[in-house]
Amino acid sequence: MKKELKIPRIKNGTVIDHIPAGNAVKVLRILGIHEKTTYVVSVAINVKSKLGRKDIVKVENRELDPHELDKIALISPKATINIIRDYDVAEKHKVELPKEITGIVSCPNPTCVSNANEPVNSRFKVVCKDPPRIKCYYCEREPDDIAERII
Amino acid sequence: MSFFLIRMNFKGKDVISIKDFSKKEINYILEYSKKMVPYAKGEKYKDILRGKILSSLFFEPSTRTRLSFDSAMNRLGGRIIGFSDPSGTSQKKGENLADTIRMADSYSDVIVIRHPHEGAARLAAEFADAPVLNAGDGAGRHPTQCLLDLFTILTEKKSISKNRIVLLGDLKYGRTVHSLAYALSMYKAELTFVSPKSLRMPKEVFDECNELGVEPKQTTNLEKAIKDADVLYATRIQKERFPDPAEYNRVVGSYNIDNELLEKADEDLVVMHPLPRVTEISHEVDTTKHAVYFKQAFNGVPVRMALLSLVNGGML
Repeated sequence: MKKELKIPRIKNGTVIDHIPAGNAVKVLRILGIHEKTTYVVSVAINVKSKLGRKDIVKVENRELDPHELDKIALISPKATINIIRDYDVAEKHKVELPKEITGIVSCPNPTCVSNANEPVNSRFKVVCKDPPRIKCYYCEREPDDIAERII
Repeated sequence: MSFFLIRMNFKGKDVISIKDFSKKEINYILEYSKKMVPYAKGEKYKDILRGKILSSLFFEPSTRTRLSFDSAMNRLGGRIIGFSDPSGTSQKKGENLADTIRMADSYSDVIVIRHPHEGAARLAAEFADAPVLNAGDGAGRHPTQCLLDLFTILTEKKSISKNRIVLLGDLKYGRTVHSLAYALSMYKAELTFVSPKSLRMPKEVFDECNELGVEPKQTTNLEKAIKDADVLYATRIQKERFPDPAEYNRVVGSYNIDNELLEKADEDLVVMHPLPRVTEISHEVDTTKHAVYFKQAFNGVPVRMALLSLVNGGML
């Protein structure tokens, strides 16, 4: 029997697969895709897969830069990025956290200078890639709730 | 270790966290600090920082740190501008730290900053071309205190590595003890942490010590801990760091170091304290040979002279 797709295939664009179930909206936030986006975006949440439930995001007619997408490893270190051209997977990447994360997560320390009225973005050094652990560049505090701290 | 073996270049380097320095660099700073002692006492004079200006920006109260930086700069022939109370500055008008730093950077050759926000010195270093020395950032780091503590242990005990060192008091909020535990672990000193249960050393500090191959002991019993210790490093329980005043009232006065307690310790035990003290050390201890906390406070001068000299590139 032919497998039925929950969201249709896209002709050209980017598919982010293997997002942990329930995290697709956070992935969109990390990518800066919000309600006023001009992209055509499909989101599937709680899709059955061999490894349990997962989320999928499809962005039509835009090839997102895989390095830019590495940031989503913060909340889904096992996500894969597929660049689609003419319905075929032209490129496939596994996300990998960069050494530093800037302007995506807020520091959990209320007295950290990055939370004060200063012209700087939050900045974290990546201590461990999987499971993701990050340390504030300014105050050295490690957030234990990264997903909740996404700006 | 010989000071003349390798001359290290620290010119322009920021001093933000003790973790930014290797053991080799720390050894170099400590050896150079030893050479500064007669200059710090005023027995010798050399104006190697003549024509240099230090911006001393104290957004939080300080006695020893500020005065010893001022003394250090003056002893080397440099000059100081700055403030010890931000209420008379543009911060009151809402100016952010970055702008204050840009301004100070254009007026001076080196910046010393104490600020209530953790990470403030790191931020200052981003906005300044001049080297920035962290004189304490909130409950965060205080690297010059850490260096003078190491210097005191080195000069009192002739070595840092072979000592059994007890860190006592507010180990949760105390900024000096976190850096010190890390630095002492670099030297593989034997560490015991003594505190009330609610003020125990954070897990991250234990983890850092473990990563450096040291496994600190933890106890609430001071008497037992000091029995065969070489150094007792006491800290004040800092009221200003407690989010809950009731918690402060529960733990203040948990420990008191007096002559009766010290009778149970090794006669060579030295008692250190970053000061100010409140009730942790009885005044009767001041005149015993155990007390080195006033010498420790003096040591802030040669160590800070060494740092100011090194980051400005003016060498003895």
